Amino acid sequence: MAKRTIRRIEAAPDADTSQPLLAVEDVRTSFNTAAGRVKAVDGVSFTLERGKTLGIVGESGSGKSVLSRSLLGLLPGRNVEKTGSVKLEGKELIGLSEEALREHWGIDMAMVFQDPMTSLNPVTKIGKQITESLRFHLHMPKDEAKETALALLQSVGIPSPAQRLKEYPHQLSGGMRQRIVIAIALACGPKLLFADEPTTALDVTVQAQILDLLQNLQEERFMSVVLVTHDLGVVAGRAHDIAVMYGGRLVEKAPTKQLFAEMKHPYTEALLESIPKLNHASHTRLAVIPGRPPNLIHPPAGCNFAPRCNYAQDRCLVEEPALTADTPGHEFACFFPVGSDEGRQALAANVAAGKSAAGTPVSLPARAHT
Amino acid sequence: MPDSQRHDETDVILAATGGMPALDTEMDVDAETEIEMAATKKLGIMGWLAIGWLALILVMAIIPGIFPFGELGERDIEALRNDEGVSIAHPFGFDSRGSDLATRVIYGCRASVIVSVGSILFGLVIGGILGLMSGYFRGRLDSVIVNVFNVMLAIPALVLALTLATVFASGDNVSYTRRLVVVTLAIGIVSVPILGRITRASTLTWSEREFVIAAKAMGARSHRIIIREVLPNVLPAMFSITLLGMAIAIITEGGLAVIGVGIPAELNTPSWGNLIATGRSQMLLGAPNQIVGPALFIFFTVLSLNYLGDVVRARFDVRESVL
Repeated sequence: MAKRTIRRIEAAPDADTSQPLLAVEDVRTSFNTAAGRVKAVDGVSFTLERGKTLGIVGESGSGKSVLSRSLLGLLPGRNVEKTGSVKLEGKELIGLSEEALREHWGIDMAMVFQDPMTSLNPVTKIGKQITESLRFHLHMPKDEAKETALALLQSVGIPSPAQRLKEYPHQLSGGMRQRIVIAIALACGPKLLFADEPTTALDVTVQAQILDLLQNLQEERFMSVVLVTHDLGVVAGRAHDIAVMYGGRLVEKAPTKQLFAEMKHPYTEALLESIPKLNHASHTRLAVIPGRPPNLIHPPAGCNFAPRCNYAQDRCLVEEPALTADTPGHEFACFFPVGSDEGRQALAANVAAGKSAAGTPVSLPARAHT
Repeated sequence: MPDSQRHDETDVILAATGGMPALDTEMDVDAETEIEMAATKKLGIMGWLAIGWLALILVMAIIPGIFPFGELGERDIEALRNDEGVSIAHPFGFDSRGSDLATRVIYGCRASVIVSVGSILFGLVIGGILGLMSGYFRGRLDSVIVNVFNVMLAIPALVLALTLATVFASGDNVSYTRRLVVVTLAIGIVSVPILGRITRASTLTWSEREFVIAAKAMGARSHRIIIREVLPNVLPAMFSITLLGMAIAIITEGGLAVIGVGIPAELNTPSWGNLIATGRSQMLLGAPNQIVGPALFIFFTVLSLNYLGDVVRARFDVRESVL
């Protein structure tokens, strides 16, 4: 297979490879609305090494998308307040003008959007949409850009790429379109790729293909990926680390295996519980998390998750747990972590009382039966 | 894993899912032919007649001399003396100066086409740029532009055009060209807020689409995004309102001429508007035929433009619903 090398990521001679590619510290994003200030992202910190994938998981409205857009600097300028520090290869991004950010967009970092139906321009041919950034950023001549586009389409697994270049987005299926979107994002060889729920709009078989594709491309290009999703299953076998987000904060962050093996935060547990298992008896009720995500204009005084948590004690309602690590690399924000003695006692007390300290009815979780 | 093997696997997956992509492509092709069919069906006989008529008007405007009627400025004193009416050779009869009206109507196409096309082009460029900027950048710029549009729209169009035309092109020693330009610009300025608002509304919705953010995330500059991403999507809406706008411009030119500030009704400067303005006085004096010609031309032209404008709009509505 004839394959062109498309600008690979190589550490520049003076680049300090010891520091992480992306270092995020205490990022806070809030929107000023008529109803009040919405703290969509509330003090998020993490680091991402080169060539690694970080999965950010959380339910709708937990601030995942706002976080990824905050990091990229893609939020609208009005009514947004953003503080903290986002360092890309040691260079601070927050506070940079749009003009300065443009030097990083597409070249250093790119984004794959959720819905391939709306993230391609319906009136422009595929070929032009891909070559545009090549010609603009890398100043490639027309022929070379076209060849690179062909190679890109091939690398994202699109059959008869030469013909596709001449087609419009509406002539392709959803899965094909998402491959195109990925090809466009990868065109200039970014070091960091944000994928904001890249498979939500696709059906399940295509989802797997797209995720495998992303994983392969990532390994091939030694690229860092931030994979945002609401589906723990999506990141399970693919991310190196997983960060669980709730109400604009990180509640747990750990290497993938560790997170699934010994999750500490009740929210992570509840998320996992809510995924139906193959070995469940037929007609098993889906486990749901009671209540709804917190109001981010007036968040709860203590832990954001306390009102919905099976483990919640009086302390959780007044005091906010900090994100701490017990083993290196595994951080969580909870006073009564799952699997610890405190946690077991808290749950037992709540089950005995029939409700948590916040008044939410508590029954024995399904897991405890087995 | 070697590349080829990985590829084989993908193929196997594709085969296992029942060749989904192939199926999808087929469906898309169907959808496409549906669009094409809808478009041609909608155009129909009326559509082609409208296009034919407008093409004829365009030819008349460019080369009026090829039509088998007299020269412009010729006066047939004989006919005037005999009080000749409508005949096959002179389908619209003569005016009170003895000029063949068919000739004058045909030569009048040029002025009417220049005024309608010129004014709407002016409105399209200015209104389009303002509308795109206001819809894309929003914020304070948007408020200013929208308020300017609203103020302009608060003044009746004809009154505004009338004022502009009177101020800049009245009096006896004003040249024909100047009057033509002033009338064109007057109608053009009036059309700016109309076209601008349509453009802005369409820009607002298209700017929200993800592909615009995607373009931004790829490092495209604002002007590039506006021209490459937003404008092509907004054009259909602009095009359809352009056709309707031209129809309004033709009528406005007629209105200005009737009031007496349009293009003057000299022997060599006919326009549909001033032909009607001149013929109007003869209507009750036993020569109603004098306004029939230009009126029919205006009628069919406006009808054609409106009809095509609707077809264009319907066509793009279909496309959007299929998308």
